[in-house]
Amino acid sequence: MDYKTVGLKAGIEIHQQLDSRTKLFCRCPTSLREFEEHTDEYFRFLRATESEMGEIDEAAREEMKNERRFCYYTYDTTCLVEDDEEPPQPLNPEALTISLTIAKMLGMSPVGQIHTMRKLVIDGSNTSGFQRTALVALDGAIPVDVLPGGGGIETICLEEEAAQRVDDHTFSLDRLGIPLVEITTSPCMKTPEEVQEVAGYLGMVLRSTGKVKRGLGTIRQDINISISGGARVEIKGVQELDLIAEVVRREVRRQENLLSIRDELIRRGAGVREEPVDVTHVFSATSSGILKKADRILALVLPFFGGLVGREIQPGRRLGSELSDYAKKCGLGGIFHTDELPGYGVTPEEVSELRTATGASDRDCVIIVAGPEKKVHCAVLQVIKRARLAFEGIPEETRRMLEGGSTSYMRPLPGAARMYPETDVEPVYSRGIWGAIQVPELITKRIGRLKDLGLDPGVAEHIGYSEQYPLFEKALNQGVPPALAARTLTSTVKELRREGVAVDHISDDELIGALAAVGDGRAAKEAVPEILRLIAGGTPLADALEQCAGRVSVQDLGDIVRAVVRERQQFVIERGMASLGPLMGVVMAEVRGSVDGKVVSDCLKDEIRRILQET
Amino acid sequence: MNHTYDAGDRLEAQIGTSVRQATYITGRDGMAVVKLDNGYNLGIPYDSCRFLERPGQSVARKPIVTQRDELPVLSIVSTGGTIASRIDYRTGAVTSQFDAADILRAIPGLSSIGRFRTKQLYTILSENMTPAIWQELARAVHEEIVSGARGVIVTHGTDTMAYSAAALSFMLDTPVPVIFVGSQRSADRPSSDNAINALCAAKTAVSELGEVAVVMHTTTSDDSCSIHRATRVRKMHTSKRDAFTSIGVPPIGTVKYPTLDVTLAAHARKRRETEPMVLPDLEPGCGLLSFVPGMDPAVLDAFSGYRGLVIAGTGLGHVSTAWIPALRTLAKDGCMLAMTSQCLNGRVCDRVYDTGRDLISAGVIEAENMLPETALVKMMWVLGNEDDPDKAAGMMKEDLKGEIEGRSVHGL
Repeated sequence: MDYKTVGLKAGIEIHQQLDSRTKLFCRCPTSLREFEEHTDEYFRFLRATESEMGEIDEAAREEMKNERRFCYYTYDTTCLVEDDEEPPQPLNPEALTISLTIAKMLGMSPVGQIHTMRKLVIDGSNTSGFQRTALVALDGAIPVDVLPGGGGIETICLEEEAAQRVDDHTFSLDRLGIPLVEITTSPCMKTPEEVQEVAGYLGMVLRSTGKVKRGLGTIRQDINISISGGARVEIKGVQELDLIAEVVRREVRRQENLLSIRDELIRRGAGVREEPVDVTHVFSATSSGILKKADRILALVLPFFGGLVGREIQPGRRLGSELSDYAKKCGLGGIFHTDELPGYGVTPEEVSELRTATGASDRDCVIIVAGPEKKVHCAVLQVIKRARLAFEGIPEETRRMLEGGSTSYMRPLPGAARMYPETDVEPVYSRGIWGAIQVPELITKRIGRLKDLGLDPGVAEHIGYSEQYPLFEKALNQGVPPALAARTLTSTVKELRREGVAVDHISDDELIGALAAVGDGRAAKEAVPEILRLIAGGTPLADALEQCAGRVSVQDLGDIVRAVVRERQQFVIERGMASLGPLMGVVMAEVRGSVDGKVVSDCLKDEIRRILQET
Repeated sequence: MNHTYDAGDRLEAQIGTSVRQATYITGRDGMAVVKLDNGYNLGIPYDSCRFLERPGQSVARKPIVTQRDELPVLSIVSTGGTIASRIDYRTGAVTSQFDAADILRAIPGLSSIGRFRTKQLYTILSENMTPAIWQELARAVHEEIVSGARGVIVTHGTDTMAYSAAALSFMLDTPVPVIFVGSQRSADRPSSDNAINALCAAKTAVSELGEVAVVMHTTTSDDSCSIHRATRVRKMHTSKRDAFTSIGVPPIGTVKYPTLDVTLAAHARKRRETEPMVLPDLEPGCGLLSFVPGMDPAVLDAFSGYRGLVIAGTGLGHVSTAWIPALRTLAKDGCMLAMTSQCLNGRVCDRVYDTGRDLISAGVIEAENMLPETALVKMMWVLGNEDDPDKAAGMMKEDLKGEIEGRSVHGL
C-alpha cells in the first residue's frame, strides 16, 4: 500500500513506568504483587463530575451509561492513598527528576511551575475516578537518523499508573500510583514502519536512563492514526513493539474500508430508521439461547445497509462489530444483524418473519438487540448513534487493541473537559533540578563504545541493554577485562542462578573483587563460578579467592596431571592426542577450576606426549 | 501588562523555546497559571505571556431538572459542606453550588426520593462554626419542620458536624428526621462519597425516624450508610469515608446502597413521637479542657468567669490531685464542672480512687458515658435554659436526647 497516497499521519504516546523507590503520591513501594496475596477488598461506584468549565467529558458520559460496581484488592504494600481514603502526599521528587532527565535527553523545554491535574477516568481503573498527571516539559525532537525528515515530541507528562484489571469489574491496587511518563509525539510518522522505528527509539532513550521499569506491561504504546478524509483514532495499550506496524496497517485498512462503506451508503441512498420495532413475539419459540433468555427484543431497520454491515473492514472485524461495540456500552453482550443470519440458532423462517414484522426488504439490514428492558433501549440508541456515524465515515474514537492487531471501540476520544486541577497537590518547580541533571549516555552510543573496546557485537548489544550495565561499567573502571565482565554478568551469573545458587547474596563489590582478581592474575577465570558459589554460600571474598586460587600450584598441577595420565595410560595409548579432551574434563574437575584452562591443557599435552614417546 | 489578565483571556505562552496558545486561569506564587488547549495547567512567568484576546462570556448549558409533585417535600438546609461543589474556573477555589436544581443535577437520584426545597444558611468551613450559628440552624430547621417538611437534611462540613448535630438534638424536639450529612472525599471527584451519603440521607429523611442523626458511610465500601444518633457520634478518622462512628451504642439504623433500603434499630426514636419545639438558648461561656500529665493547674485560671467547664480526664475520669484546689475555686465561683473521659468508650466513675472522690467533693459532676463534645454542648444548652444550679446539675446527669446510656452493653 502506498501510505503517502492515503495520507497516513501517525503519532505515538509512550507510557513507561519509572523505577522509583516509592509511588508518585504516596510512600508505598512500586512493587507488583500476586493477586492471591491481597489482604482485603472493597467496593465502589464512580460517577462523572463536571470539569472546571462546567462540562462533562464525552468519554466519561459514555462510561456512565452502565453504572458499575467496582471491586478493589488491597495489599500490605498499598495504603489509604490508593484507596482514595487519604489526600495524596507531595509529588515524588525522585520521579520528577527522572521525568525531567528524559525531557532533557529529548531536547525539551521544562515547565517552570508544574501543576498536577486530574484526568477523568471512570472505567474503574483509578479508585478516585481520575488519573493524576502533570505536564513537565514541551517540544523535543526525534533525530533525522531515526525518522527521515525528523519529528517532534509534543509533551512529556508525569502520571500515576492505573490499577491493574483482575477481571471485568475487579482491580488490583498494587500497580495504582506507580509513576510513569507519557511521551506524546506529533503526528509526524507517515508509514507503519516509521511508527515502529520511533517507538523503538523512544524505548531505547527511556532505558538509557537506567531508571525505568522493565518487563511485560511496564511500557505501553498508544497510537494515534488518521488518513486523508478520515478522523483521529487512538489505539490504546499496544504492548509488543513488533506489533506496532501491523496495528497501523490494519487501522489504515479499517479507515479505508469505512470510507468506502460511507461512499456506498450515500450512493445507495441508505438511512437509519430511528423507531425500533418490538419483535419479542417473533422469537417466542426460538432455539437461540440469547434470544430465548431476553426480556425484550427490539429490531432496528437500517435501509439499504444490506451486505455492508457484514463486510469485513479489518481481519475479524465488520461494521457489525462496530455497532455491537457501541451496544456493549449499555451492558449487553452484543447484537445480531441480518447480514449474518440465519445462524446462531436463528432459523430462515424467523429471519423472514423478522423482515415482515419490521417491513424490511432484502436490501435492508435489520439489527436485533435483545436483553433486559432498560439495557435494550440504551443499546438501540447506541446502535442508532453509530449507524449515523457511518455516513460521516470514521468516528473519532479511543480503541482497544485485540490479539493480532485489530481493534475494538472503547469510548469517544476524551477532550480537554476531562482535565481538572488537583487541588490537593501543590505545584512544584523544575528550576533547581533541571540544571543539575546529567544527561545519560544513549544505549546506542554505549554499544558503539563497547564494540570499540573489542566486545563481540552481540555481547556488546546484550550488555549495553542489560540492567547489569551500571555494574559492568563499574567493573571496567576497576580494571576488569571487558569480555570477562560481560560474560560473567550476562551468562555466568544467570547459569549459577539456574543452578539454585543464591547469587543475590553476592554484593557488587564482591563480584567486582572476584573479577579483578582474575584481571591481575590472582585467580583463574575458570575459577569464577566456584568463587561466586562460595561467596553466595557465605564465604568472604578473600577466603573464596584463597580456596580457589592458591590451592593448586604449578608443581601441584604437574603432580595431578601426571597421576591422571598414568592412571589412564592404556586409554592414552589407544587414543593418542585425541585423549586430551576427555582428560581435560578429569583434570579440571580435580583442580575445581582454580587453574586457567590453557595452562592445564598445555601441561596435559606435554604429559600425553611424554607417555606416547615412552611407549 | 502584568497581573491584569482576566480568567478566560487567550494568551500566547512562551515555555522555554516553545510557544503555545493558552487560556489564563489565575495567578499563583507570582506566576501566571495558564491552561493549554490539551487541558493541562502550568505556571509561567508573567513576562512570558502575551495577550491575544478576551473572549465573550460563554455560559455553560445546564440541563433542566423537574421535580415530581407526588413525592414528599424534603428540605435541605446548607451550612457549607461539599455536597455539590466544584472548582471555580475564575478563582481556582472550590465553591459550593447550591440551589435545588444544582443539587439535583449533581445527584440525579435524589429526584426520585423527594421534592426538594433548599435554604442556604451559610457557606462556611465547619471549623468556623459557632454556637450562635447552631442556634440559627436550630431555628431554621424548626421552621422547615413546622412548615411541613417530611424530613430535613442539613449539609455540613464533617470536622465539627458531630458538635452541631448534638447541639440541635438538645435545642430541638422533632417529630421528623433531621439528618446531617457531608462528604469525607470532595464532591469534585468521581469517587466522592457525597452522592451516596446524600441519597442515603434523603432516604432516611423520608423514613419513620424521628430524631436528629448523622448519615455517613458505614465502611470504606459504597455498600451502606449508617444512621448515627447525633449525641453518640464522633468523627474518628481524619479522612476515611467511614470516619463517623457511634460510640458505646450501635447505630440507630442503616441504609443499604444501591437499594436504599432503610432499616431502623429498635432503640431509634420514631416519627411523630413528639411535637416540634425549639429551645435555642445556649450559654456560650462553657469550655472543654483535655487534661495531660503535669498540666499546670494555672491553666484553669483561663476559665475563671466561665459558667461551665467539661474536663476530658484520664481513665475513669481523673486529673492530677494538684488540680483539686483550683477546681474547688472554680466551682465556688459558680462554674459548673463535669468530668468525661479521654477514653471516649466507657463510663466515668470517680468513686473508685481517692482522686475521684476528691473531685466529687470539689463539686465535679460525673458525666456518665457522655462523649466530651456532647457533654460540652449539652452543658451550654442546660445552662442556657436552667438557672437553678442543682436542677442544672441534675439535668447533666439525666439522659435527655440519648446522650447517656444507662447500661453499658456487652460487646460495644
